[in-house]
Amino acid sequence: MAGAKENIDRDTIEQVEQIDVEKYKYGFATDIKSDKSPIGLSEDIVRFISAKKNEPEWMLKWRLDAYERWLTMKEPNWAKLNYPKIDLNEIYFYAAPKSTPGPKSLDEVDPELLETYKKLGIPLLEQAVLAGVEGAKIAVDAVFDSVSVVTTFREELAKSGIIFCSISEAIKEHPELIKKYLATVVPVTDNYYSTLNCAVFTDGSFVYIPKGVRCPMELSTYFRINEINTGQFERTLIIAEEDSYVSYLEGCTAPMRDENQLHAAVVELVAHKNAEIKYSTVQNWYPGNKEGKGGIYNFVTKRGDCRGDNSKISWTQVETGSAITWKYPSCILRGDGSRGEFYSIAISNNYQQIDSGTKMIHLGKNTSSKVISKGIAAGFSDNTYRGLISAHKKATNARNFTQCDSLLIGDKCGAHTVPYIEAKNASVVFEHEATTSKISDEQLFYCQQRGLNAEEAVALIVNGFVRDVIQNLPMEFMVETQKLINISLEGSVG
Amino acid sequence: MSNMLEIKDLHVKVEDKEILKGVNLTIPKGETHAIMGRNGSGKSTLSYVMAGKEGYEVTKGEILLDGENILELEPNERAVKGLFLAFQYPIEIPGVATMTFLKAAMNAQRKARGEEELLTPDFMREVKSAAKMLEIDSAMLKRALNVGFSGGEKKRAEILQMALLKPKMCVFDETDSGLDIDALKIVSQGVNALRDANRSMLIITHYQRLLNYIVPDVVHVFSNGRIVKSGDKSLALELEEHGYAQYDESI
Repeated sequence: MAGAKENIDRDTIEQVEQIDVEKYKYGFATDIKSDKSPIGLSEDIVRFISAKKNEPEWMLKWRLDAYERWLTMKEPNWAKLNYPKIDLNEIYFYAAPKSTPGPKSLDEVDPELLETYKKLGIPLLEQAVLAGVEGAKIAVDAVFDSVSVVTTFREELAKSGIIFCSISEAIKEHPELIKKYLATVVPVTDNYYSTLNCAVFTDGSFVYIPKGVRCPMELSTYFRINEINTGQFERTLIIAEEDSYVSYLEGCTAPMRDENQLHAAVVELVAHKNAEIKYSTVQNWYPGNKEGKGGIYNFVTKRGDCRGDNSKISWTQVETGSAITWKYPSCILRGDGSRGEFYSIAISNNYQQIDSGTKMIHLGKNTSSKVISKGIAAGFSDNTYRGLISAHKKATNARNFTQCDSLLIGDKCGAHTVPYIEAKNASVVFEHEATTSKISDEQLFYCQQRGLNAEEAVALIVNGFVRDVIQNLPMEFMVETQKLINISLEGSVG
Repeated sequence: MSNMLEIKDLHVKVEDKEILKGVNLTIPKGETHAIMGRNGSGKSTLSYVMAGKEGYEVTKGEILLDGENILELEPNERAVKGLFLAFQYPIEIPGVATMTFLKAAMNAQRKARGEEELLTPDFMREVKSAAKMLEIDSAMLKRALNVGFSGGEKKRAEILQMALLKPKMCVFDETDSGLDIDALKIVSQGVNALRDANRSMLIITHYQRLLNYIVPDVVHVFSNGRIVKSGDKSLALELEEHGYAQYDESI
């Protein structure tokens, strides 16, 4: 077992090493004929998307209501982000790879698509994953642009009553679950981007873990934006019933494009009594080039609802990509004794801008939360942590510990910490620690004196800086994350 | 080539102020030399310039390591060529376990020399044996390098790195500062164990104390940016007794 695990790790390392690190490592475009909507956004586009997905009438109505609502909303501007206005009439809201619908096996999948996944290093082929034997299995729900292409391991998961499929499929096959849970964590009216997502979301993942089931493998989704000017609006919904457990990995990459691409996802998690959901993300979408041209605009709403007593939701994110990141994975700690965690590594280089953080909303008694955020800014980038810790009147004995550390590389970048704290009863204990440091010339010289070159030295120091967070990542992500950190910080010294 | 280090007429400026004013120093292979001088005489500057730290402008002269001029090389390239500096104040690297740092440094040097990376079992064996000699326990190896280390632990960690990187030219910058007598003995034993015919050492200090434990072949007196007198180990004792003042005149 251990041997197989090592093999997988080695394969991962080899795959990463094969890539020309001079360039953005996923900067290739796959030439597949795509099935696009007309450009721009209108009620007709919403209908077009719904029709493309053969959705039931109630879903179309839901979308149209959201669209109506969205028309009355304004783009938020409170974040410390600076970007030109996004023209939604210049974006394609739907693009699906043209291939035979609903492939039954890998043989039916467009080989070029499989080649793309290979470059991404996704263990899509079941054999490759099986080589990992127990403990290393990852079920992959691969999302290519907007449509879920292949779902693996579904049968094995189904044996335990677990549902893992695309959200489009879930709308058709499990409407009772969708109706019961969709938009119950992030309401339709929540914010400009999430409401837009309600109207035009094209696909995403759906996970349902029944009562008492511990999901036997890590579930994983890789998203990839491939089509020029395609906004990707996925929607993910994860439900963990009483006493269940699931760990979910989300990886994102997009090829190099000159134009900025818009991405506005919504992720909702529901944890019932005693359930635990662990959600990990590695986001390395195209950050734009050295001059700040191009790159993904990423406006994401992620929220988990600890609905039952003693439930737990844990977010771990590694953010290295995107030109603009606007993202605050949050926990609503509704159940008594529930627990929320947020571990974050956010790296910005060149002209990237990140405004990210979390919200921990303590509603139940004896709820606790922990926030560890590590921001690393290099080049001309701006990196802001924005967090809210709030306790309701009834949230007696709520506890929070927040640690926000920023590391600056060079003197042209900025790191900012914006914590908001609200306590509406006297029994809460909230602790906040923040540090800002710089990689010193002394540290660099010391490492260099031992034989590391400047880039190796920076990578080593940064890896040390983020160690508390890396330790919370699933094994599958640890190696990739360390490599990503190195790639993201290339050219940040000397 | 029988000389490990040759410093020829080295002049160095820091922000327009001349700190080194024509240093000449030759250390043959296998010899251990000591440089003694009062604080502020430029001894530490000499060690930084040898290692290639930024902020020092060499206006004249050269430094040859094993016959090769290293002044144009990056600090890491000098390290790969076998130059090691034991710092007076070793730098903290938060979050990086000492063990991790050792492996990164050893592999970076191997990579730069075109050698294979070390296998973990071989690495562990080497670290364990070197750590034992320096009375470093495995708990310390798991702690972040130099973070919260006592003065003695920091200096022992420096010698541990030296033992593992196997440099041919070792420079010790005030290695005795901050050491109690027990730690001084352990560090000295570690250094002495590493002395051999193909490795040279330069000990920079302003106390004679360290030289009781690491006995040098040659002692140089450093004053006002250059070496003003050289002799055998008895010169250190003489300095201890009469002080540096007599050399201030001889500039």
